[in-house]
Amino acid sequence: MQDLLPEDMLRFRRIEDVFRICCRSWSYQEVRTPTLEYLHLFTATGTLTPSMLSKVYSFLDWDGWSGERVVLRPDGTIPVARLYTDNLSGQELARLFYVTNIFAFEGTGKENRERWQCGAEFFGGAKLAPDVEIILLAEEVIRRLGISDVGLQLSHAGLVKALLKELKLSPGEEAKMTNRLLEGNWQALTRAKSANPEIDRLIAALLDLKGKSSSFLHNVKASFPKASQDFKSSLEDLINITTLLDNLGCSYKIDIAAIHGFEYYTGICFQFLAAGEKIGGGGRYDNLVPLMNGDAIPACGFALYVDPIMKLLPLEKERKGESGILVKGKELTPEIVETCFTVAESLRDAGHTAELDFTGRKESNYRWIVLVSGKKPSPFMLTDCVQGRPRYIGASMAEILKVVSEG
Amino acid sequence: MKDYQDGYIKLALPKGRFISPTASLLAEIDLGFRDYSDKTKQYRLRSTRFPRLSAKMLQEKDISIQVAVGNYDLGICGLDWIEELLVKYPAGALVKISSLNYGEGSIHVVASAEAGITSLNELSDGRNDYRIVSEYPNLAEAFALNLRMRRFRIFPVWGAAEVYPPENADLAVLWGKSGADIATQGLIPLKRLLPVTAFLIANRESLESKDLSQILTCFSSKITTGPQTSIENELDISEELKVSRPLWQAKEINLALPDGHQQPPTAQFLKRAGLALQGYSEEMVSRRPSADLDWLGIKVIRPQDMPLQVANSNFDLAITGEDWLREHLYRFPSSPVKKLFALGFGAVKIVAAVSQEMPVADIDELRSLVQSSPDVIGAPLKVASEYIDIADRYLRDNHINPYKLIPTWGASEAFLPEDADMLIDNVQTGKTLEQHKLKIIDVLFRSSACLIANKGSLASSDKKEKMKFLTQKLRAGLK
Repeated sequence: MQDLLPEDMLRFRRIEDVFRICCRSWSYQEVRTPTLEYLHLFTATGTLTPSMLSKVYSFLDWDGWSGERVVLRPDGTIPVARLYTDNLSGQELARLFYVTNIFAFEGTGKENRERWQCGAEFFGGAKLAPDVEIILLAEEVIRRLGISDVGLQLSHAGLVKALLKELKLSPGEEAKMTNRLLEGNWQALTRAKSANPEIDRLIAALLDLKGKSSSFLHNVKASFPKASQDFKSSLEDLINITTLLDNLGCSYKIDIAAIHGFEYYTGICFQFLAAGEKIGGGGRYDNLVPLMNGDAIPACGFALYVDPIMKLLPLEKERKGESGILVKGKELTPEIVETCFTVAESLRDAGHTAELDFTGRKESNYRWIVLVSGKKPSPFMLTDCVQGRPRYIGASMAEILKVVSEG
Repeated sequence: MKDYQDGYIKLALPKGRFISPTASLLAEIDLGFRDYSDKTKQYRLRSTRFPRLSAKMLQEKDISIQVAVGNYDLGICGLDWIEELLVKYPAGALVKISSLNYGEGSIHVVASAEAGITSLNELSDGRNDYRIVSEYPNLAEAFALNLRMRRFRIFPVWGAAEVYPPENADLAVLWGKSGADIATQGLIPLKRLLPVTAFLIANRESLESKDLSQILTCFSSKITTGPQTSIENELDISEELKVSRPLWQAKEINLALPDGHQQPPTAQFLKRAGLALQGYSEEMVSRRPSADLDWLGIKVIRPQDMPLQVANSNFDLAITGEDWLREHLYRFPSSPVKKLFALGFGAVKIVAAVSQEMPVADIDELRSLVQSSPDVIGAPLKVASEYIDIADRYLRDNHINPYKLIPTWGASEAFLPEDADMLIDNVQTGKTLEQHKLKIIDVLFRSSACLIANKGSLASSDKKEKMKFLTQKLRAGLK
């Protein structure tokens, strides 16, 4: 469990603000889903791995005798897909974004149980353009946050699934293998020898090679002409997306094995890395809405992980230091307190940040200090903390406002 | 509380099914617990061979938890209760040392022959909402998740899981001697989850920091190095089974009757009321007795499970205790269960009790003691109870703070004074408490058997008449 202290919150709000501004400028609309959802929402799609579902916080609701359980939201995308299916499915297109916390426990209780995400989801529309749109949007947010040396890795869930099919495993074995891959254990795939050496060659090549442009994928396509139709169509999809990214000047690395936790994805998957940590990820999940009994609406989206990004952001300068004004009462008499409140109100009305103080502590980090002594004819003393010299002002509030506004 | 300096070692030994093989084992390896048998009346045992070794007899369900919590260094209990804990809390403080090579049967996932479920694939493909009943809710949940079942609800029960399918559950996770044994109950074993063998378990911290070697050496001749069974092992379900199908048909009104020590007085009561039943006498209790009313379906289940099972409309009426009704209503205040009338038998008091040595006479003094000298008791106050919600409310209402609840499966007196400071439990005479050097400091309420009903069934136009008929008939049994 983690407290977010004032400095953390400055970073947190900055991420959130930049994210919101970017999303709005791409015409996404903000939504918020409840913290408590029904457990069956997350089991219904059959997409989350058992190990992920075994880590949800679940409990009985007021009508617990029905056996129905509620959970603390363990995932950001599924509730938004539900929100879309329940409320907005009449819309041909829906561009939605959210800032939310998700919950998961692990066995030791040492890790954080609550994590924050900034996510955006694109429901409807054709393929290709939305895939590229969400990647570019995510990239723009990261760029505007000023995080440098960010790597974008691409994979494709359709390709992985097509490869798995080629292994011709029993349904039980295939499910187990899928779980392993979802948990990031790609060695399992190389160890599973298929009857077809061509497939082994394909798997080995894909896991080994890392591409930097769509040309790589064209090479793969040319080297494995006998690959299945599913594989080819997924490859074609990835070629189209990467070609577009190439043309738009977006650099990336194709690394099939880089990605895990792509539970519900069906098409492109991507993740952003900075300083060795995953700071965001997303992909296409065309089956999620239909699995929730919605229409066959294709969808894709991404989430940026606020917690690792917070660590990467430089600490913002204390804003107070630039513009804050301390209104200090010299004594704690009712007249002085009243005057202080009046002065502070006038300052706030004029758009300044005004803090009241009656303690006599040593103040620091303010732009101005207004000392209220209550003595006539000059009840105020204004100090310019940057220039460090006191300036005596007459009884007029207007004068103070004029001076602080002029800086 | 753990004390590494004195080197005392605490061992938790099982009551119930494993007593006799465990007693033989202990005799064989000579741990010096001569009084450990099903006849013994005491919970605490001292080793005659190792002066620093003591043992306590506990319910198996409690042993895995108590060892994990660190109240015991070592324990012996069935793999089922170990896995029930580990499947939910895998990185916890419980370590399996070794199988002790005795035990019987396995935990199976079963379906009713009537439900038409014959393979596991049907469960993960379908969009049905499966009701799973089990004494092992965590194992049941892990099973459902691993199978990626789309929609399921788990109903934890205190026992008698086998009687729920098909009307009241689609699947059950339960113990069975063998697939064939399960088939005789009209159930199809779909999957064997794990074999029920006795295990020696240890608390991780004790194992890491305390010298248990003398005791472990004694066990070493019995410790096997073979592959340890884990829940992952998939076992065949392909045995040829002849599933006997009990005659079954949906009934208009369903009544739940209690098993256990509530059964004889309930049977007498029903006799007085003139309700003739077959299979609910002292000689023979069937899980599905039959009545001379063709519209009445009857099942025999645990009284603890009845309020919830009436609330979810599995039963229209049930004979249970007021204590269990209250426990349910504290948890779910808007539950559609209603008490119709008390039946005048099975009277108990629900009491709060502490060790006779604790210098308090009532709950107010206990509160003062907790507040004024937390170190005397060791804050938080540990309270053992099988009535979690009743105990919770009682402690809140009495401003006892801080406290910690230790859920038990009956016989809470075994926990005091070492593992709990106070118990909230039912007593008939109070003699048991006295034998264990405990004293009652408060009576929470009195409880006796009562007839409860589902409010929806009472109001339903289809059921109203028959519900009225039956309740009037039962009322006639009141003395």
